[in-house]
Amino acid sequence: MNFGGIRALDSLDLDIHPGEIVALIGPNGAGKTTFFNCLTGIYTPSAGEIRLRNPETGKETRLNGMKPNKITEKGMARTFQNIRLFANMSVLENVMIGRHCRTHSLILGAIFRNPATRKEEREIVDSSYQILKKVNLHKQVNEQAKNLPYGAQRRLEIARALATEPFLLLLDEPAAGMNPQETEALVKLIRLICREGHSILLIEHDMKLVMSLSDRIFVMDYGKKIAQGSPEEVRSNPAVIKAYLGEDVDA
Amino acid sequence: MFPVKELKRSLFVSIWFAFLTFPIMVIKVDSIERIVTWRWNNMIFIAIGSFVLSILVKVYFVRKERRAASKKAQTVLTEPFVHRILREPRFLYPLCLACLAFALLFPHLFSTYQTNIMTTALMYVVLGLGLNIVVGVAGLLDLGYVAFYAVGAYSYALLNMHFGLGFWVVLPIGGLLAAFVGILLGFPVLRLRGDYLAIVTLGFGEIIRLVLENWNDFSQGPSGISNISRPGFFGMDLSFAASINYIYYLVVGLVIFTIFVVNRLQNSRLGRAWLALREDEIACQAMGIDKTKTKLMAFSLGAFWAGLVGVIFATKTTFVNPASFTFLESAIILSIVVLGGMGSIVGVILGALALILLPEYLRALSEYRMLAFGAILVIMMIFKPEGLISNVRRRYRFKQQPSSESE
Repeated sequence: MNFGGIRALDSLDLDIHPGEIVALIGPNGAGKTTFFNCLTGIYTPSAGEIRLRNPETGKETRLNGMKPNKITEKGMARTFQNIRLFANMSVLENVMIGRHCRTHSLILGAIFRNPATRKEEREIVDSSYQILKKVNLHKQVNEQAKNLPYGAQRRLEIARALATEPFLLLLDEPAAGMNPQETEALVKLIRLICREGHSILLIEHDMKLVMSLSDRIFVMDYGKKIAQGSPEEVRSNPAVIKAYLGEDVDA
Repeated sequence: MFPVKELKRSLFVSIWFAFLTFPIMVIKVDSIERIVTWRWNNMIFIAIGSFVLSILVKVYFVRKERRAASKKAQTVLTEPFVHRILREPRFLYPLCLACLAFALLFPHLFSTYQTNIMTTALMYVVLGLGLNIVVGVAGLLDLGYVAFYAVGAYSYALLNMHFGLGFWVVLPIGGLLAAFVGILLGFPVLRLRGDYLAIVTLGFGEIIRLVLENWNDFSQGPSGISNISRPGFFGMDLSFAASINYIYYLVVGLVIFTIFVVNRLQNSRLGRAWLALREDEIACQAMGIDKTKTKLMAFSLGAFWAGLVGVIFATKTTFVNPASFTFLESAIILSIVVLGGMGSIVGVILGALALILLPEYLRALSEYRMLAFGAILVIMMIFKPEGLISNVRRRYRFKQQPSSESE
């Protein structure tokens, strides 16, 4: 992936198995978010392959160059580093938007409000409410999204992504700006989501969270993968230490 | 209570204003008699007037600040008064019935002239509601909305002239043609947002008008098309007065139909997608909404209403020419949406009635009426930038148990 003359993403191969929590870490500017944007179709990668296999049907699709909404339909949903909620819509409506790609009614359904549409609408409201319950926001359903505290906004983003029924959830710095209690709740939430059968790929700078949560960790720097493995392996990897702390200079 | 500093400032404002308006308000040169009249009393009026106005504005802001300060303590969901009434069925239904009764009796209570004005105002209600889909709900600033209006009007005029098609046949055709043109416009501007979109749509509106003005073989150019037939009423010929009443009722019906459809659209899956598109395009796509499809649907549905009203316009005036579809029309319809309250149906209705009826009833002020009208708009936008009635999101009620009841 190039931006003008800059190669933001050079070589990175990364695989996620069903039911896994995988973390992608690296110093600022390493290309982690660019990688996410390539995966979710916001950028089209200039080279490389992105493949997604649906664990239920076993069907494999190539995602390169697909529109973001199609990719979400295929079962990959994301959250954003700088929160991108629909600020002036209510909490519930934010999640209901997530249901959009799993529902079908259109103009005529909206105008005539036939039984099928009514049923679908009820299903949207119900399932959205259930998801909000999961992230513990069900008491604020009618609140405007912008009025929520920061931690709750992050949880709402996760809820919105969950509403699209993904089997792979991409979390871009979900714990950024959270206090220790909120982070604690987030860890619990991510574990719960994983137990329910979603695979998770997360970018995160909070090492404590990354080490305690992930099954495997990938480390990248300057658009390249520099290490991968279990938390223990990564922690003791000299290349990782070099990337984060700089090189040892002999005095 | 009121700070002296503000008084001083108001005094300064009034002196400055008197000075500024001195050349036009005080000096009067009579070039024939070759005398200069000095109208000093005008200056006094202006000074006092601007002083009082400036104090009123300041008082308003001071009170607003105080209210905001006291309100912060309790975070109450602020809702416009109108919406609180509208949510209560026991107020809503009688209110709707009253409005309907008034609308139905209107031609019998007032003169033909009044009925005619009201018909125009109601046509703008529909136009406003149509544009509201595009601008208010989907957040796509469209400055060329009048183009679709023109498409509707000309499709009736031309089909009537060449093929003798009647009003009822062309009404849906005009709407669909306009919707089709809406899609045509939609494709090239899909990537654009905000200012850029506004400029392209503005250009588009002008293109349609210029084509109509210059393509003589097609549209008969600036002289327009006349003798368009009035709508038939089961094959009967109506007298002039009766046909005005007939068109009036037709428009009332169209307004009710529009309100019904637009309301349902807004509270649907599609309506939510439009709102989300307005809020954040990238997040919207990432949540699985097809941006292309959703935008095109907003454009074409918005244009559809303009097409319908265009057909009615042609049949009402029995004459169309390009001069009726200038940018000013687009601007008026846009101000209806903005003034009424973006995304709010009730707001847009009130906005349309206010913007179209006020200039008519301000005729008592003769040449000052446009000035007064402009002043009202400016004041409105300063004190209530969100419009007459701001849009509120629908609320849902849940019981503790999973089973839900959407209200």
